[in-house]
This record gives sequence, structure tokens and C-alpha cells, in this order.
Amino acid sequence: MAAIFSFCSDPASLEGIEWLSCYLTTGKHLGIYWSIGTVLLLLAITAPVALFFGFAGASAARSRILPIAWFGKGYTAIVRGVPDIAFFLFFVIALDQFFEWIRHEVKCPDWDMPIRQGNDFVVCPEAKLPLGTAPQWVHETYGFSLAVLTFAIVFGAFAANVLSGAMRAVPHAQLETAEAYGMTQRQTFWRVLVPQMWVYALPGLSNLWMVLIKATPLLFLLGVEDIVYWARELGATKTAKFTDYPHGDWRMWYFLALLVFYLGFTKVSEVVLDKIMSRLTRGQATAAGEAQRKAAA
Amino acid sequence: MTCWDILSDYGLRSLGFGERLLPRDNFTICQQVVLIGSGMIWNIYFGLLALVSGFFLAVATAVGKSHHNPMFRKPAEWFIFVFRGSPLFIQFFFAYFTFQSLKGAYPIFTPLTSAWLGALIVLFLNTAAYSAEIFYGALMSIPKGDIEAADAYGMSGWKRFRRITFPTMLRLAWPAYTNEAIFLFHATTLVFMSGFPARSQMGDALYYASYFADKTFNPFIPYPILAGFFILLTLTVIGTFGLINKQLNRHLPQTNRAKIRLRLNLIR
Amino acid sequence: MKTLILSTAIAALAAGAALAEGHGATVRMGTEGAYPPYNFINDAGEVDGFERELGDELCARAELTCEWVTNDWDSIIPNLVSGNYDTIIAGMSITDERKQVIDFTENYTQPDPSAFVAVAGNDVDLAGAVIAAQAATIQASYVAEMGATLLEFATPEESIAAVRNGEADAVLADKAFLAPVVEAEADLAFTGDDVLIGGGVGMGVRQSDTELRDKFTAAIQSMKADGSLNAMIAKWEIGEQF
Repeated sequence: MAAIFSFCSDPASLEGIEWLSCYLTTGKHLGIYWSIGTVLLLLAITAPVALFFGFAGASAARSRILPIAWFGKGYTAIVRGVPDIAFFLFFVIALDQFFEWIRHEVKCPDWDMPIRQGNDFVVCPEAKLPLGTAPQWVHETYGFSLAVLTFAIVFGAFAANVLSGAMRAVPHAQLETAEAYGMTQRQTFWRVLVPQMWVYALPGLSNLWMVLIKATPLLFLLGVEDIVYWARELGATKTAKFTDYPHGDWRMWYFLALLVFYLGFTKVSEVVLDKIMSRLTRGQATAAGEAQRKAAA
Repeated sequence: MTCWDILSDYGLRSLGFGERLLPRDNFTICQQVVLIGSGMIWNIYFGLLALVSGFFLAVATAVGKSHHNPMFRKPAEWFIFVFRGSPLFIQFFFAYFTFQSLKGAYPIFTPLTSAWLGALIVLFLNTAAYSAEIFYGALMSIPKGDIEAADAYGMSGWKRFRRITFPTMLRLAWPAYTNEAIFLFHATTLVFMSGFPARSQMGDALYYASYFADKTFNPFIPYPILAGFFILLTLTVIGTFGLINKQLNRHLPQTNRAKIRLRLNLIR
Repeated sequence: MKTLILSTAIAALAAGAALAEGHGATVRMGTEGAYPPYNFINDAGEVDGFERELGDELCARAELTCEWVTNDWDSIIPNLVSGNYDTIIAGMSITDERKQVIDFTENYTQPDPSAFVAVAGNDVDLAGAVIAAQAATIQASYVAEMGATLLEFATPEESIAAVRNGEADAVLADKAFLAPVVEAEADLAFTGDDVLIGGGVGMGVRQSDTELRDKFTAAIQSMKADGSLNAMIAKWEIGEQF
């Protein structure tokens, strides 16, 4: 990896700003900058997927068909009852094995060896996910996808909880009116309940978003090299033997940078969510909508 | 060795009683259940104490945040922002760092670097910040008529707060506060995971679960056991808070009683 | 989500087909990347160290294409048996405990002594002391068994920091790992006698992967025979030679 600045060829001779600018542009530091992108991408993908899971869970819990209702309720109750760390520690491996097992069943029906050989989990080479021959970036993308899916399942359970609360909060008269107009169950659900529930759900969902942001340091448990992994790695004491940039225990400074990152991100989210909320409440028959109307008058 | 023996040997291992060494081979399910259960003592200890002590700071902070004087309002706002805006993970790191330097300067601070006190302080501040935001929201939505009625009765200051504002705030905040309690208990698993070192293999439930996962190289048994314990704990918390909720709402007409709805309002 | 996985799978299939024509399957080498001189991440952000150099040479001798992957120490074995990579080459000592779950190649270092490090000038009574170690290592088990008060940290870095700031009286870790630290910091020094815990470091492979294990063992034997392994051990100051 070539240095970005030409004067970085001999870091030991540098001082002050020049040393720092070289230090902060080493290939290793590019790793932490890259991981910020990873975290943001994860949030951007996880949020809609979790919302979808939450919606599915909440709708299932309302279902008239008992097994589906039980499934929806069980999903939210169980996943919410377990600390997310405990979940992350075994769930990703389970999920990975589950996918490989399905592929194994489909792709290698003639395979005669057992899948569990002692402690090993062995599927046929064609069923491996990703394939053993795949380049590293495919493995990383796959690992990232598993992390997204795990996050989405965990936060989907919380979202389901918020959404079913919001569904209950929609005034019952609205649903009765829809029925009186001759709408079917399905029509009532999609045309009346769903459009109205969002304003009730938003406070809960925005809190969930804040929580999701703060759960990202757990990513390293899922095998994704996130910002906390790099902050630990970069901040650890470096002896001159193994690096051109020896330094003491600098974890404090790296964690301080992380703190600023998270606080800043929270602040930006708060501002944006407040804007969305005031847009949504405009003209709504809620206390906040009333206050808006009065303020304008 | 029967399961009963294991219980007497390891039941209180997380507090340092019983067998000095953890089991090292021929692991049984019973050993895993007993030790992980023993670790739950710490999760309950951290959760319960932080919750009770954090409650008082939370009420004070919420009142501070709703105060018109910026001298009270600003510190409260910043306290809430910093603790709600950063991951607990990072809070533990900084706390451990700070406590260590304090200890270096004044030996009187030595206990702070142990989990039983240091981690408790972090969790106390953290839950206080989250709860303060919940209570603040509740303070803001107290019906105006209640306050006016109190004024009409000639109540003011402390008396009005104690008799009217505080109980109403608590009643309104309770469902969200229940959620906060659940998540506080979940957050206690981070103590030994990322923040404080475990001493003499005395740790919380997650510590023992990962010990077994490490020794048996099989994560599929200890972590589900841990999950089971936490589901039980969560159900207990929900039950207890439900009873208190009933008590808080007992004066209301039957139809108006706020049923405890576990809506996710504020979580970590 | 589904489409993402699907497209990943398709990409994997396509890439796999393209690669399969060139050479055989890639062997994925799992390491920790936080344990110099065995393995660490260098300034360029790549895996470096004794095991990187050794692993590349072994792969060349066994005519395998190898790829380096880093993984958290705590879950390094579960991820191997579940097939996320094919070998562990992370300064992992061969122990009976681990042998029940995974197979090891022949050891490529002599049994590496572990050593205690304390603040220089401090005479520590080790049996009654507070001793730091990385959680889930053979050193942690050793300290627990010797009766001292064990203080467990998630990373080796934190366990040394604990000695520096007085949290612990001493730290127990591999001597090769501690040596450069002691060399660089004047206020730390070795104390007490070294202890032999593990059976030398070897590469871990799945028990069902006997073919891969034999290939690597053969490559290690050939490196032992022609002295190139000794040269590498000397270069990275890993300890005793063969």
C-alpha cells in the first residue's frame, strides 16, 4: 500500500502535523474510514428490512388464524425477552448453517455422508455459502448480509411491538365505519388501518432508530469489522518493531472520536425525525396537531 | 455427581462461594444451567440497584429539564443527551478509564475499578438519563386541568408536586418505564463483556455462558440457556411492573384505567 | 434481503466457476490479527507477522491458494467447525481440550513458554497475587488453577494495561508476545519463572479435513527439514528453534 503523501516514506523523521497526516492515512486507517461506511450502510439497509419484519410480525399477531397469530406473538415476545448480545453470539452461526443445510438438501441429494461429523458441520462443496472458491469480498458481503438479517430479526421484533401498539391506537370507529361501507377485512386493513397507524408509530419507531444506532458496536460480535474493532486495534500500544508509527495506549483518543461520531449522528437523527414528525402531525386530530394549529394562528 | 451436588457446589459460585475451580471437562447440562443461573445473581444485582437508585436521579433530572431556569435546564439536557446519545459500550470504556486514573491519584477510589461498584455507577447514570427523558415526556403531558385544580385548592410548590404532579407523571410514564427496566436488565450483560474485568471467574450469566461456549466449543447450548433465564427475568419484571401499574391507577374509574401496554417508547 | 442473498449467491457461483478453471479451491486461513509477533495487522492494513510469512510459505509448498481472514478470538473455533474458514493459524497452542473438537497439524513452534510480566522492581508473590490474562486462553485457565486471583480481559492489550496502571500485579501471556513489550517499556519486566503450558503452536483444521491437515503437516515437516522454519523463528524471535 503506497502512502498517500510523498513525504511519508520515512515516518520516523517526521514531526507534528506531517507525522499525523501520514499516520492518519495509513492503509490501516483507511480500514476504520471504510468501516464507518459499513456501519452507515448497515443502518440504511437494516432499518427498512426490520420495519418490514416488524410489519409482518404485527400483522401476523392480529391474524384470525391462530397458528399465525401465535407465531407473530411468539416472535415478538421471545426475541424481545432475550438480550441482543446473547442472541448475536449464537444466532449468526445458526443462520449460516441453516442456509447451507437448505442448499445442501437441494443441491446434493445424493450426498451420503452425515452433515454433522462429530463437531464439524460439513455440507457438500457446492452448498457452501459462499463457495470455497469465492474471493474474499464475496465472503465479506455474505457476512455483512447475515449481520443485516440478524439485526433485522432482532429489531423487527421491537418494531412489531411498536406497530401493533400503533394499530391498536387507531380509533376503532374508523374501522367500524370502513366495515359499514362494505369493505372486506383485507380492504379495511390496507386502506384504513395501515395509512393511519404511522403517526402513532413514529415516536416509537424513531426511538428504535436511536437504539439501532447505538447497537452497532455489537457488530464485531457478528464477525463484521466495525468501527469499534478498528478503534481498539488502532488505539492499542504499538511497539516500533511492528510498525513505522509506534505509540502508547491511544485507545482513549479513538474512543473519544467514536463518542463524537455517535453523539453527532444522534443529534442529526433527532433533528431529521423531529422534522418528519411535525410534517406527519400536520392536520392530524392529535394533541400535537392541535398545538401546531394554535401556534400558526 | 448428581445435579443436587452441582447446585450446592456452584449455586453461589458467581459470588465466590463453593468450588474454587470451574468445571473443566465432562460438562453436563446441569452444570451449565446452575452456573449460568448463578451468574444471573449479578444481572439482577446490577439491574435492581441501578433501577432503584436511578429512579431518584431521573425524577430530579426530569424536573430540572422542565425548569424555566437554564441553570437547571441546561445541565439536565446535556446529561440526558450524552448518556442517551452514546452506546453503553463506550460509556463503560470511558468509565473504566476514568476510574483507573482516579484510583491512581487517590487510593480511596479503588473500589470504583471493580465491577460491583464501577459498573453499577455507569448503569445508574445510564438508566437515570433514559428514565429522565421518559419522565420529562410524562411531565409535559400532564393534563392542564390537574394543575389548575391543584392551584384552586391552594396547593403550591412541594405540596403540589408531591400530591399532584408526581403521581400523575408516574402514572403516565409507567408503560414506557417498564420497557426501560427490561432493557436495563438486558444491558447488564455488557458489564463483563466489554467493560470491567471478571475477577476470580466470578461473573454474570453471559460470562459463564461464554465460558462454556469456549470450553465446549458449542455455542448452541449455553446461549439458549442464557436466553431462557432472561425470558424468565423479563416476565418477572413485566409482572411486577404490571402490579405497580394497577396500584398507580387504582383511583381511576374502571374504564379509564390505562392498561399496561408494552409499547416501545424508550429503549436502549 | 432475499434478493441480496440471492444475488450474492449468484455472484459467488459466477466467481467460483471462473476460479475453478484456474486452480483448485482456495484455502481460507483464519487468524486473530492482534497478537504480534505471531499475527498482527500492519500499517497497510494487512495481516502480517510470523504466521503470515509461515502460512504463505506453507501454502506455496503444499501448492494451495490461500487467503487470509481475521476473526474474533472468542469465536475462532466455532467458526472453523462451521466452515467459515478452513484453518486456524493464530498462535493457537495444541491442547487436549482443543483436540477434542478440532485437529492440529504438527506443531510449528516449540512449546512456547508463557511468562509473567510485572512492574519493574516489584517483587511479586505470584501465588497470592492478582494476575491478568486474556479471557479464554490457556493462560487464564492456568492462573485459575494455580490459585492466584485471576483478572480476565477481552484483549491482550487490556491485560498488559492492567499491570501498567496497577489493576493487576502481573500478567501471564506467551513469552514471545510479551518480549517486545518489555523491550519497549522500561517500567515493565519479566518476573518469576516461565511456565510451560501448551504443546507448541499448530494449525487447527476441522476433524473431517484430514487431507488438508496432512498436506500442511507435510509442508511443515519439509520446512523443519531444510531449516527454513528455524530461520523464520529466529527472524520473528518466536522462541526455541527445532
